[in-house]
Amino acid sequence: MFMAKKQEVIIDYDKIAEMSSFKKLSKKKNSFLWSVTVVFLIAYMVLPILTSYTQILHQKAVGEITWVWFYAAGLFIMTWGLAHVYVAKAGSFDREAKEIIEEYERGAGR
Amino acid sequence: MSLIAIIMFVSIVGLTLVITWWASKKTSSASDFYTAGGGLTGWQNGLAIGGDYLSAASFLGIAGAIALVGFDGFFFSIGYLVAYLVVLYIVAEPLRNLGRFTLADMITARFDKPKVRATAALSTIVIVLFYMIAQLVGAGALIQLLLGIPYWSAVILVGIMMTIYVLFGGMTATSWVQIVKAVLLMLGTVIISFLVLLQFNFNILTMFSELSTATDAGSAYLNPGLRYTNGIDTISMLIALVLGTAGLPHILMRFFTVKDAKTARSSVIWATWIVGLFYVLTIFLGFGAAAFVGKEEIIAANPAGNMAAPLLAQALGGDILFSFVCAVAFATILAVVAGLVLSGASALSHDIYGQIIKKGKMTEKEQVLAARIGSLTIAAVSILLALGAQTLNVAFLVSLAFCIAASANLPVIIYTIYWKKFNSNGVVAAMLTGLISALVLVALSPNVWNPTPGAAIFVGEPLVMLTNPALISVPLGFIGGWLGTVLSKEQDLAKYREVDVKAQTGISVQDVSH
Repeated sequence: MFMAKKQEVIIDYDKIAEMSSFKKLSKKKNSFLWSVTVVFLIAYMVLPILTSYTQILHQKAVGEITWVWFYAAGLFIMTWGLAHVYVAKAGSFDREAKEIIEEYERGAGR
Repeated sequence: MSLIAIIMFVSIVGLTLVITWWASKKTSSASDFYTAGGGLTGWQNGLAIGGDYLSAASFLGIAGAIALVGFDGFFFSIGYLVAYLVVLYIVAEPLRNLGRFTLADMITARFDKPKVRATAALSTIVIVLFYMIAQLVGAGALIQLLLGIPYWSAVILVGIMMTIYVLFGGMTATSWVQIVKAVLLMLGTVIISFLVLLQFNFNILTMFSELSTATDAGSAYLNPGLRYTNGIDTISMLIALVLGTAGLPHILMRFFTVKDAKTARSSVIWATWIVGLFYVLTIFLGFGAAAFVGKEEIIAANPAGNMAAPLLAQALGGDILFSFVCAVAFATILAVVAGLVLSGASALSHDIYGQIIKKGKMTEKEQVLAARIGSLTIAAVSILLALGAQTLNVAFLVSLAFCIAASANLPVIIYTIYWKKFNSNGVVAAMLTGLISALVLVALSPNVWNPTPGAAIFVGEPLVMLTNPALISVPLGFIGGWLGTVLSKEQDLAKYREVDVKAQTGISVQDVSH
């Protein structure tokens, strides 16, 4: 049978998936992303629970400004803060991902 | 309407038309048409995302809601903002690393089956249509008020304009229209906020104490509870808001207009700041309208409060500011609507027609033509539906679009990226469950049924007391996806490994050097 020789680049995903460095990165990344998500979703959902079932946030804090406004401000600050945290973390994850790709290339180039 | 208003209007509309013409010179391939050739930078795309996001619902609707009911209106701002974190942490990067043009592309990267593509395209089209009708109804009311023309001609006018934008420019045009729109919107909002703060001598404490007596609700105006008296209903609505963004097809498409994950990330940061700042300013718009325009005048112009922001502009800045704000609101609606048409068009032309019917065998030229015909179809259907929807509340339609996105799309996106065992039956099951349960629950809700004649579409008792069914339909979507998966034997772990590696590392064939 005549076999044509094609220069095709095929990535061995299974190989990468087996690499312990990949598994480590995957675990680290996922646990970071999901735990932060759970935290901010809880912080967010607590607001309507407090306002619908208690009167805590209805009390005045400073002048006529009630506590609910401070809670809301807190959520805004949290959002901006966590957006920046993400970018910083993602940068370091990117570097690790690059190392993993290089490791794979070194291994496959043998 | 005064001469100034007309001039302002025509100038802004003219500006967007010029951008469209310029963009059409650059559009030739299907890739160009759908995703601006992947060439926008981080801040440009960030502004475009902001422009996409700050639709008429945000500017007109929230300002009006805060003006009429105080903090309860502000819930929308909070929800929309935190929703961005959901997109950033869970969805944006994997999406960018996997997808090509559409949501369906991203899911079929893992499950390459026609039924998966078809279901994803269906979900996209339904969401797009609801969102479109909302924007067109809002546009109709705005133009009707401004120009004094009847509702139906206002809707058709907007419809024709957006079709022109999309037909001749595709994504590049809409991206740049969004950017221009975002800048103008922020400018208008900052100016009005400045004028409002000026009235209070830039003293926040004074502003709050004035507002505690400015409305007939007294100090209750400053607290939640004026409109949302039912705890479960409030929570359900807030679930839809925070989870819906991550499932919206037209926002998700924005991530394909940049060249790599890093740029996608930076563009989301830009968008978060821009959008966040805007939502802080909505407080000043709402409070200002409540104090300086007054409830009666706001409701007289539009019972849902949608004209609060323009009326405030008029009260503080005269006719010039009024016409500027109206023109910006018009551009706002136009830009969002163009983006929506594109999402729907790509689902129709690229997914259903291109991949399923034509099995991927189309020339570049055919693809572009199909995209344009798809745009025309979506535009025409939406206009027709909007003509019949004049009495429907804009905010309700938008929150329903969010609910469907959260119930049908989000479970699938999450399972696709993160769940090893997920299969194509799960995709179909999740989407259909989410879609159908959301639609059915809304059909049985107080939005549609009300014992008081005229308060809703039908007269009667609603079976489901939730105005937004997210609390029920979102879990159902997740459960549907789980059941659909475990009840069938199909599995492809190798494919998942490929998807996982790609999503986590961003590796692509270009990266591998040998």
